Amino acid sequence: MTETFKPQSANDTRDLLSWAVSEKAPLEVLGNGTKRGFGHLVVASHSLDLSGLSGIVDYEPAELVLTARAATPISEIEELLRQSNQQLAFEPPDLGPLYGAPAERATLGGVVAGNLSGPRRVQTGAARDHTLGVEVATGRGELIKAGGRVVKNVSGYDLTKLMCGSWGTLGVLTQIAIKVLPAPEKTRTVLISGQSAEDACLAMTAALSSAHEVSAAAYLPAPIADRSRVSYVAGAGAAVTAIRIEGPPVSVEVRNNALRDLLAAFGDIEELHGHNSGAFWQEVRDATPFCSTGSVLWRLSVAPASGGTVLDALGDLGIEGYLDWGGGLIWASSGDNLDLARQVRSHAEAAGGHATLVRAPDALKAAVGVFHPQPATRAGLSQRIKDGFDPIGILNPGRMVQGS
Amino acid sequence: MTITMPKPDQAVLEGRDAFLAALSGCIPADNLIADSVGLKAYECDALSAYRTLPLAVVLPENTDQVADVVRLCHANQVKVVPRGSGTGLSGGALPLEDGVILGLGKFNRILEIDYANRCVTVQPGVTNLAISQAVSAAGFYYAPDPSSQIACSIGGNVAENSGGVHCLKYGVTTNNLLGLEIVLMNGDVVRLGGKHMDSDGYDLLGILTGSEGLLGVITEVTVRILPKPATVGAQLLGFGDLQSAGDCVARIIAAGIIPAGLEMMDKPAVHATEDYCKAGYPLDVEALLICELDGPSAEVDELSDRVEAIARDCGATTIRRATSEDERQRFWLGRKSAFPAVGKISPDYYCIDGTIPRGRLSEVLTRMGELSKQHGLGVVNVFHAGDGNLHPLIMYDAGKPRDLETTEALAADILRLCVEVGGVLSGEHGIGVEKRDLMGVMFTEDDMKQQQRIKCAFDPDGLLNPGKVFPLLHRCAELGHMHVHHGKLPFPDLPRF
Repeated sequence: MTETFKPQSANDTRDLLSWAVSEKAPLEVLGNGTKRGFGHLVVASHSLDLSGLSGIVDYEPAELVLTARAATPISEIEELLRQSNQQLAFEPPDLGPLYGAPAERATLGGVVAGNLSGPRRVQTGAARDHTLGVEVATGRGELIKAGGRVVKNVSGYDLTKLMCGSWGTLGVLTQIAIKVLPAPEKTRTVLISGQSAEDACLAMTAALSSAHEVSAAAYLPAPIADRSRVSYVAGAGAAVTAIRIEGPPVSVEVRNNALRDLLAAFGDIEELHGHNSGAFWQEVRDATPFCSTGSVLWRLSVAPASGGTVLDALGDLGIEGYLDWGGGLIWASSGDNLDLARQVRSHAEAAGGHATLVRAPDALKAAVGVFHPQPATRAGLSQRIKDGFDPIGILNPGRMVQGS
Repeated sequence: MTITMPKPDQAVLEGRDAFLAALSGCIPADNLIADSVGLKAYECDALSAYRTLPLAVVLPENTDQVADVVRLCHANQVKVVPRGSGTGLSGGALPLEDGVILGLGKFNRILEIDYANRCVTVQPGVTNLAISQAVSAAGFYYAPDPSSQIACSIGGNVAENSGGVHCLKYGVTTNNLLGLEIVLMNGDVVRLGGKHMDSDGYDLLGILTGSEGLLGVITEVTVRILPKPATVGAQLLGFGDLQSAGDCVARIIAAGIIPAGLEMMDKPAVHATEDYCKAGYPLDVEALLICELDGPSAEVDELSDRVEAIARDCGATTIRRATSEDERQRFWLGRKSAFPAVGKISPDYYCIDGTIPRGRLSEVLTRMGELSKQHGLGVVNVFHAGDGNLHPLIMYDAGKPRDLETTEALAADILRLCVEVGGVLSGEHGIGVEKRDLMGVMFTEDDMKQQQRIKCAFDPDGLLNPGKVFPLLHRCAELGHMHVHHGKLPFPDLPRF
């Protein structure tokens, strides 16, 4: 009989896991369940619904740290941070809508467990760089803590990093201390229209290599720019390269002008101001152009300068996509086809990176794997780490690696 | 020395000659040190209070040689202690009597500078500063800048997750690292990360960083480089009491300003450094802040005005803005000379490294003053105020009986205080042997056992740098054991659907 357990505290969670160990009862671990489709289908007898572990525990703006229970919605955290002009600087994406879930339901635990980061990744780092400490119930039925709530910390192994991107397969996050930063006073996005992907990479590289403190750089080919809800972008009728700068108004003015001068040689320059800029980068962050299509969706992480080449190669296969992270992140949408999937993987590898199958029918996931296959030695290390946290495999079995 | 190290393996000590002969088959003869004079140079790292002569020192030149050496050690169950430049302050590279020191000093080449991808790939023995120097002409630098950056190796930086004065804005090593090549204790070579920004699976790069040489031998490092800021400005802010200086730090940050560096010195530190290097510091202050801001000059000017207003509001008695690069360097001169300056006024000093929440700064300093009186040893404070990383320097005289023991007891009390107020044992120096026995102050037995299971995944025989970081060594078989409570669901009233 399948049951859903809904613990109300970290201790409840630990006790439940202890019980699951004794019963050898695998569990599917869920926050609000918005990204259930990310990863392989979890085969578990029961569900662990963490939505009861919600709420902000502590927030001290001057300490630049916020502590919240794992299933606290990101939207609730951002709402509170706004009151002190602060933000989660890694720009957590809201990927739920890619799977048909409602927007703004993503939880802190889900974002951390997936190590999901938005466009500002190029400047301020990923979710893993902002996660300072965690409380975790392990697959051994123990409640442990790792890290702390300070930014400088070398006290034992950094288990916090390991929890980021482990998708609930090592432990159940119950509480998280996360770094927060001041929100920018002003934002500008410089747009270049009509570039090829390769030229866009050159422009983004020039911008990111300048002293103008670029906080995001993306490239949308014409058909994708066309789908934007920001009229300046959709109305361009051409590919759009976008470079964002943020900071105190006087600084943004200066850098905006300098950046326009630097990029003038690359094409026609336009500008997005605060509101439009926010809407545009949210689309880039959430892969919104692929939200309504329901197609197979990939996320490639590659050496940034090679992003344009890879995007072109994918284009030759009839796969459409766009670049974020200055070329280092490619969102790409393809047909449900095994051969295409293999080619996506090999292009990612050739560019020194990897490809994750973010959305696909279960059969395609099973055939090629959701996460990029690893060399045997690294896969062995990962499996032994998993065995140390979850010896009998009760946590999200098979979600990252099938059969484990 | 009050720390207990694992008991040497007699069989290894007795089989030394045969083992050395086998070692000489792995590496050129010049790269093997086995005579007592040669070994003496490796008996300690920068935590010189602890010294041991190693079984042997090997200085391999490439990854294959590293793999051969560790494979041989593994086969003979000989322990291995990796070592970079030996500048570590927590005894992470302290030799073991029955262990080989694996020195990576000959891994000193920059392998690739890739400006388009804004990264540099180097061998682990390359110094931290050499990376910045190599890319400086093109307008780039490597951000983490530990004070030993002229000598410390990048491999050591990764092992200790080193920081520096610019961490608040630019992060520590782990935030600036893209890729590693490591050799496991069984000789397997593993590559982690690369030039891309996201991990494909568990974040092994993250777990390796700060692992203090216990998980793998680092043989190649890829780091992110950043474009240099357009301008850099600095301010000197003096206060009549510690509380006001602490408030000023909190208010700068609460105002949305993230300085590139925000350093604090207490009165004894100000006086010691002023006597030592004449940086021009005001002597009538209880606390001195150095606030460094970077960015376009318009931004630096604007934010400097805001900082100045906050400082004035907090009752600053000195507010000085560097008007030239020369003056900015002079502001930093004193801070950077703090350690040698204290060395001048005290026969010996002992540097500790806790991190605390910024808001508890003045409280911690006050209580530290009480502890200092209680133990009868003076403490000078210089620290990274922006990120709460303290570096109290305890002044003692190694020539006096029991002075070192008292110092260690005072250091332990200060670190306990850091943990008590919500901080951690080490911000950037690592646990090593120095703080090993204090791990229990911060972590429960279950926390530490879970950490040690990571060790088991990488090095099940426990041959890589044992005796460091963890106070109690558990066998991996014991750590793998799970106590199962059979029974009913523990909470029948739990909501379910």
